[in-house]
Amino acid sequence: MAVATAPRTETGARTLTYVEALNEALREEMRRDPAVFVMGEDVAVWGGGGVFGVTKGLVEEFGEARVRDTPISEEIIAASAIGAAATGTRPVAEIMYVDFIGLAMEPIVNQAAKMRYMFGGKISIPVVIRAQQGGGRGNAAQHSQSLEAWFAHIPGLKVVVPTTPADAKGLLKTAIRDDNPVIFLEHKVLYFTKGEVPEGEYTIPFGQADVKREGTDVTVVGIHTQVLEALKAAEELESEGISVEVIDPRTVSPLDIDTIVSSVKKTGRLVVSHQAYEQGGVGGEIIARVVDVAFDYLDAPPQRVCGKNVPVPYAESLERAALPYKEEIVAAIRRVL
Amino acid sequence: MAVTDVGGARAVQRVDNDIDADTQLDLLRVMLRIRCFEERAEALFLAGELPGFIHLSIGQEACAAGACLALRRDDYITSTHRGHGHCLAKCAPAERMMAELFAKATGSCKGKGGSMHIADFSVGMLGANGIVGGGANLAVGAAIAARLRQTDQVALCFFGDGAANRGTVHEASNLAAVWKLPVIFFCENNRYASTTAAGAALSIENVADRAAGYGMPGVIVDGNDALAVHRVVREWAAHARSGGGPVLIEAKTYRMRGHYVGDPQLYRATDEVEAQRARDPIDRLAATLAGAGLLDLARLERLRAEVAEEIEAAVRFARESPLPSPEDALADLYVNPIERMP
Ligand SMILES: Cc1ncc(C[n+]2csc(CCOP(=O)(O)OP(=O)(O)O)c2C)c(N)n1
Ligand SMILES: [Mg+2]
Repeated sequence: MAVATAPRTETGARTLTYVEALNEALREEMRRDPAVFVMGEDVAVWGGGGVFGVTKGLVEEFGEARVRDTPISEEIIAASAIGAAATGTRPVAEIMYVDFIGLAMEPIVNQAAKMRYMFGGKISIPVVIRAQQGGGRGNAAQHSQSLEAWFAHIPGLKVVVPTTPADAKGLLKTAIRDDNPVIFLEHKVLYFTKGEVPEGEYTIPFGQADVKREGTDVTVVGIHTQVLEALKAAEELESEGISVEVIDPRTVSPLDIDTIVSSVKKTGRLVVSHQAYEQGGVGGEIIARVVDVAFDYLDAPPQRVCGKNVPVPYAESLERAALPYKEEIVAAIRRVL
Repeated sequence: MAVTDVGGARAVQRVDNDIDADTQLDLLRVMLRIRCFEERAEALFLAGELPGFIHLSIGQEACAAGACLALRRDDYITSTHRGHGHCLAKCAPAERMMAELFAKATGSCKGKGGSMHIADFSVGMLGANGIVGGGANLAVGAAIAARLRQTDQVALCFFGDGAANRGTVHEASNLAAVWKLPVIFFCENNRYASTTAAGAALSIENVADRAAGYGMPGVIVDGNDALAVHRVVREWAAHARSGGGPVLIEAKTYRMRGHYVGDPQLYRATDEVEAQRARDPIDRLAATLAGAGLLDLARLERLRAEVAEEIEAAVRFARESPLPSPEDALADLYVNPIERMP
C-alpha cells in the first residue's frame, strides 16, 4: 500500500491522496474491530478494489467473508447492511455512485433512519453507507449529482462530506465507530487530490466545522470541491485586500452552525457554495439558520453559489456553466462587500 | 439454440425460418458499422478527443444487429450504458451519435447526454441508460402504452447479466408476464458485470432459466451468431405482437474490450479474451455468407470501405460541429420553461 512509501513532510505528516486516506481508515478499522466488514459492487476485485480503488488490498488482507462483492442490487446492499448492523456487526456498504442510491432510499430512509426511534430506542444501527458524488468529469446527468440534501432532510441519519484527505480519514473512522446510520459522501474530483495526513491514530468528531482559512471581511461556507474553489477565491481576493474566511462544515448533519454563526458575527457577510442543485440545497438551510440567530449582524443578503437547477450536462462547456467555480464565488463576494 | 417452455422444460427449436439474402447482408453491414463506429470512438477517446467515459460492445454486435433487425422501425427498444450498437442497429444516424460523443451541439442529445444517454425516439430507441437495469420497467411502460393505444408494437429491453440481478428486472418480468405485455427481455450475457464474473453474482448458470419463475418462456441463443439471434427475436416478436406475452431471451456472448475504455482488466486473463477471438460474430457471419455464395472477398472489402467512409464522415461532421454554448445548459429542462427559475 502507498502508505509505507508515502513522502514525509517537515511536520511529520505524510502526503496521501483522498483515496489512500480512505483506504487507510477502512484498513485500520477492520484491523481494530472484527465486526467491521465491507460490501458493495466490485469492491473485492483482487488487485483492484472498487472503481476508484478505495477498497484496494482489503480482500487480500481480510478475505472474502469481510470484503464482499455483491450483485448489482443496490437496495439489498443497503438493506442487508442495515439488517447486519442491527444484529451485531458494523457494515460499511458502498453504493458506487450516489446517483444510484435512489434505488436504496427506502431502506435508508424508512428502515435505518427510523428503526431505533420506532422501536423505542431499544436497538442501534451502526451502519456506514459510502458513496461518491459530484460533477466535473464529464460523466453526465446520472453520474454527477451531489445529493447530500436528500439525507440531510432525514432525521436519524448523519451526513458526512469530507474535503481533504486528512478529514476523509478521520471522519470515516468516526463514522465506522458511530452507533447510528451514517451516510458518508465522497467526491470523485477530490479522490486524487493530495494532502497531509497525520501519522498514527486519530478521529475527527462529527458536527465540528473546520475553518480552512481565517479572514475578516466575508465568510464562505463550502462543501466538497467548493472548499477548494473558495480557497482559490480567497487567494485571488487577498491581493485586493479582501480577507475571506473559508469554513468547511465537514458534516452537514449534524451541522456545526455555531462556528458559522460566530464567523458571520465577525465578518457580517455570508456566501454558501455547493455543487448540489441550488433549489432545496443545504445552502438554503445554512443561510436560514444563520439568519435565525444572527440577522442583525448581516450587512448584506447571504448568497448561494450552487449547481444550477438543471441536471449536470455532458459537454464540458455546458457542465462548466451548470456547476459553480471560483469565478462565481469571487463575483458573489463582490456582491456582498 | 434451445427453447425453454414455461415449466422450465427444454424443448427443441420451434421454427427455423429462412432469412432472406438481403437481410443477411444487412446484418453484416450493421455489425460492420457498429464495429467501425466503436473502434473509431475507442481511438478518439484514447487520443483525448472525447470527454467522460465510454463503454464498447465490440464482440457483441450480433446481439444488437440480430435483435434490432428483427423489429419494426416503430417498435421500441430500451438500451444500456453499452448502447452504441443498439442505437446504430435501430437506425439512429451515426453522425449525430458521433457528434454526441464529441459533446457537440449537433449531437443526438445536443451534447447534454453523451455516450451513455443517447436516445432517438424517432426510431423507437428510448435511450441508453446510465442506471443498470433502468430500461426494464421503461420497456414495460412502452408496452403498456402500445396496448392502450391499440397498436401492435413490441418493446425489446436490452440488459446485461449484471442487470439481471437488479430488482427492476424481476419486477418488470413479473408484471409483463402477469399482464401478457409485448415485451422481449433480451439479456446480453457477456460474462461480466464490470469486474464481477457473471457466475459470481448468479446462483444458476443461465439467466433464461429464471423465466420459469416469471411464467414466461425462456430461450438461450448463441449471441455471437447473428442469424440465430435474428431468428429467435423474429419468432418471439411475432409471438408477443399477436398477444402471446413476454419472453426472456438470453444471448450468450462475450465482451472483448474492457468494461470501459481504459479498464485495466485485472479480473480476467488475456488468454481468455484471446480464446474468444475465434467466436468473432462478424467473421462468423462473413464466413457463413461466403459459404452460401452471398459474399466474396471483393464484396466484403467494398462493404468495409463503405462503412469506413460513413464513419469517417461522421467523425468529420462531429469535429466540425460547434460546441454547445454555455447558455444552453439551462435549456430543455421543462416543456414550458418556468419563468424566473434561478
Ligand atoms: C444501478 C446501477 N448500479 C451500478 C452501476 C455501475 N455499473 C455500470 S455498468 C455496471 C456493470 C453492468 O453489467 P451488465 O449488466 O452485465 O452489463 P455490461 O456492462 O456487461 O454490458 C455497473 C455495476 C450503474 N450504472 N447503475
Ligand atoms: Mg455483462
